[in-house]
Amino acid sequence: MPVTVAIVFLLITVGSVVFHFWSPWWWTEVASNWGGMDDTIILTFWITGFVFVVICLFVSYCVWKFAYRKDRRAEYKPEDNKLEKRLTWITTLGVAALLAPGLVVWNNYVTVPENAYKIEVFAYQWGWKYRLPGNDGVLGKTDIKYISDENPFGLILEDPKGKDDRLVDGDELHLLIDRPVKFELRTIDVLHNFYVPQFRGKMDMVPGIITYYWITPTKTGDFEVLCAEYCGSGHYAMRGRVIVDKEQDYKKWEAKQITFEKMLAKNKNIKNLQLAKSTK
Amino acid sequence: MSDEYEHKLEAKSDIVSDASSVGTPGIDSVPEAEIPDQELYHSHSWWTTYVFSQDAKYIGVQYALTAVGTGLLGLVLSWLMRIQLAWPGLGWLEPAAYYQFVTMHGMIMVIYLLTALFLGGFGNLLIPLMCGSRDMAFPYVNMLSYWAFVVAVIVLLASFFVPGGPTGAGWTLYPPQAITSGTPGSNMGIILMLVSLILFVAGFTMGGLNYIITVLQLRARGMTLMRMPLTIWGIFTATVLALLAFPALLVGCLMMTLDSMLGTSFFMPAMVSLGEKLSYDGGSPILFQHLFWFFGHPEVYIVALPAFGIVSDLLSVHARKNIFGYRMMVWAIVGIGALSFFVWAHHMYVSGMNPWFGFFFATTTLIIAVPTALKVYNWILTLWNGNIQLSLPMLFSLAFIVTFLNGGLTGLFLGNVTVDVPLSDTYFVVAHFHMVMGIAPILVVFGAIYHWYPLITGRLLNETLGKIHFWITFVGSYAIYFPMHYQGFVGVPRRYFEIYESPYIETSTLLLNQFITIAALIVGAAQLVFLYNLITSARLGKKAEKNPWKACSLEWQTPQMPPEHGNWGKETPKVYRWAYDFSVPGAKEDYIPQNVPPSEVMGAKVEKT
Repeated sequence: MPVTVAIVFLLITVGSVVFHFWSPWWWTEVASNWGGMDDTIILTFWITGFVFVVICLFVSYCVWKFAYRKDRRAEYKPEDNKLEKRLTWITTLGVAALLAPGLVVWNNYVTVPENAYKIEVFAYQWGWKYRLPGNDGVLGKTDIKYISDENPFGLILEDPKGKDDRLVDGDELHLLIDRPVKFELRTIDVLHNFYVPQFRGKMDMVPGIITYYWITPTKTGDFEVLCAEYCGSGHYAMRGRVIVDKEQDYKKWEAKQITFEKMLAKNKNIKNLQLAKSTK
Repeated sequence: MSDEYEHKLEAKSDIVSDASSVGTPGIDSVPEAEIPDQELYHSHSWWTTYVFSQDAKYIGVQYALTAVGTGLLGLVLSWLMRIQLAWPGLGWLEPAAYYQFVTMHGMIMVIYLLTALFLGGFGNLLIPLMCGSRDMAFPYVNMLSYWAFVVAVIVLLASFFVPGGPTGAGWTLYPPQAITSGTPGSNMGIILMLVSLILFVAGFTMGGLNYIITVLQLRARGMTLMRMPLTIWGIFTATVLALLAFPALLVGCLMMTLDSMLGTSFFMPAMVSLGEKLSYDGGSPILFQHLFWFFGHPEVYIVALPAFGIVSDLLSVHARKNIFGYRMMVWAIVGIGALSFFVWAHHMYVSGMNPWFGFFFATTTLIIAVPTALKVYNWILTLWNGNIQLSLPMLFSLAFIVTFLNGGLTGLFLGNVTVDVPLSDTYFVVAHFHMVMGIAPILVVFGAIYHWYPLITGRLLNETLGKIHFWITFVGSYAIYFPMHYQGFVGVPRRYFEIYESPYIETSTLLLNQFITIAALIVGAAQLVFLYNLITSARLGKKAEKNPWKACSLEWQTPQMPPEHGNWGKETPKVYRWAYDFSVPGAKEDYIPQNVPPSEVMGAKVEKT
């Protein structure tokens, strides 16, 4: 019995390690500047994996070696202060080794570079929209009370900086490769979270405030956007696309996005047309 | 009544003076009793004995049965969820129902199963017996505590039958979605959930005060705090945490109830919900998250600390060796308990709170890993040079070490703020918390039931059935949750009703989902073996001898086994040592119970405790 139990525990330990290295399930290739997060995970894996294996092997060994015998007595040793102190220090060092690099990367994550291009990500139950700053490079101010069919983003009409904002119709966003971008995250109803697995970044969107995070896309390609904060029955279907382009393709796409001013004018025309029709 | 009390008081003081004058006063002396022996309520009818019982042992069993019954529902809900995840093509489940199952599963398992079972169940059964008292300090309030819990469970279950069904807001109940129309059960369902939680907290407070006061005031003579079994230290500290943490939940629930029913805006900002402008304005959704996790993180330790304590005792008894570093273990429990109030926002790294909080909470979170790691070291050092009996409680304890270690180490991933960014809200988190606060504590619960079953029924559980139950449960649940971490690495988000064809998720991930579901169905079914064992052994199990595991702690030293009403017969025990005098050199047996005076074991070379 003790031998069997020891072997099963051993197999579980070895199996875990084998699974880790040989299973096909691993993260997607990183497509942003946050390779540092992956590195921190790898470091954590080595340190914690080492501890896991050592302790599990220790347990298996004890089960086998100190199996019950009627003629034997266990050791009587209530405490060993020296050993306990030593273990405390080793653990503290190990934990510090995990924490320090983590905090460095976090510092980068929450410090947005000044030249980052700002994009508004606009979430609602259940879909995505986007708003790009116009030529002035500044996103116009918004207020939830102005949201209407004519003004889907709730831009404040008096703010001149909003006039040239480009409004992306549909849930497909294009990004320019190697340009740092700050996502200004906005939701008009419940919590959401703008998540592209390959970018690694993540942040909840909270109604009433604008949250943010930044990335620099480093690979061209077509990526899926997922909502990563539970937002009701349609949560699982709240998906979108991000396409990272080289400059030429990006320019082409950007030029196709309608500005707020043009949209207002278009709406007005339609309204006039309808008015004209109805008076006829 | 009052006459009897006076009489008792006099009688008691007689005994005290007797004890100090008879025998060998030098080495066998214990401090005198500071309070008179407890006056107990004696039941006169079947109703007051078995239903409205005021005996903590019965209340403990009542709590445990109610909690386990509710937990079985949680288990079935998890099956339904897993079937949907593995075979989404079946199409028998609506997204709304899926989310309702997720929510109810989570809340039932954390609150109505684990919290109620560890504190209400094991707390009531073990605190008076292990401390050497006759009952809880306030038996009547203790009874009310249980019945408030029953009402809370009934209200919770009633939500399955109201229009719109139970809430599907996720067990964290985050507003705004918890009370807006995009979430299932956002009218009646959520209200019943909140009311049920409020009742639970009220009921728990009555029980919790009992546990604390009993431990502080009603311990047997000689039972100093530093002689208490770690089980009691774990339950005691967890109760202190619960009494401090539950008020935050209570406040959150009350405010959300007001937001939902009266249209206040504690947590609700201005919003446009599904095309309609709501009348809320100015509330803060993040405020709720702070309240919730100020409760929610200590809640993890409310479940974990009793498990830590119990597993320490199981390891020690069945390895025939004292728990290694007892004092360190006590301080680790207390330290973890205190630190657990400083780490709550590590659940909120990507919640949109001020990101600079991340530095503080990542640091405190990793600090808490140190005392936790020390506990693991001390458990395995208890095995070292032990005399290990591979009984069922020992097997479950060993399995606990592996699963808790695994889940604790993945906690170092999620606690480290940077690593949390890609992993949060993925299946890595689901795997982590199930391993560390689902599987690990449940394994301890099983070990504890196999260990203390004779104390309740006087019979042992069937060993063969127990072994089948153990191996399927341990290996099976490891097979469920270990690979699940890797789904998280792939980036599979949690709380998804269905993962469609996705360009970045390989089809093999779906295969893995099917594997996990099959494992979950098997592990769930194995619990039927356990239930069968539990029911049949009560009548047909092998009769247990007195103190069947040769343990030192007081619960096995009662004059009758199972103990009678009042536990101790005429006189409560006197305590001369800690609960871990196993394999003492020079002693005849390999254990010396706590109530054996030094004069009876003259040759034993014990260290002073």
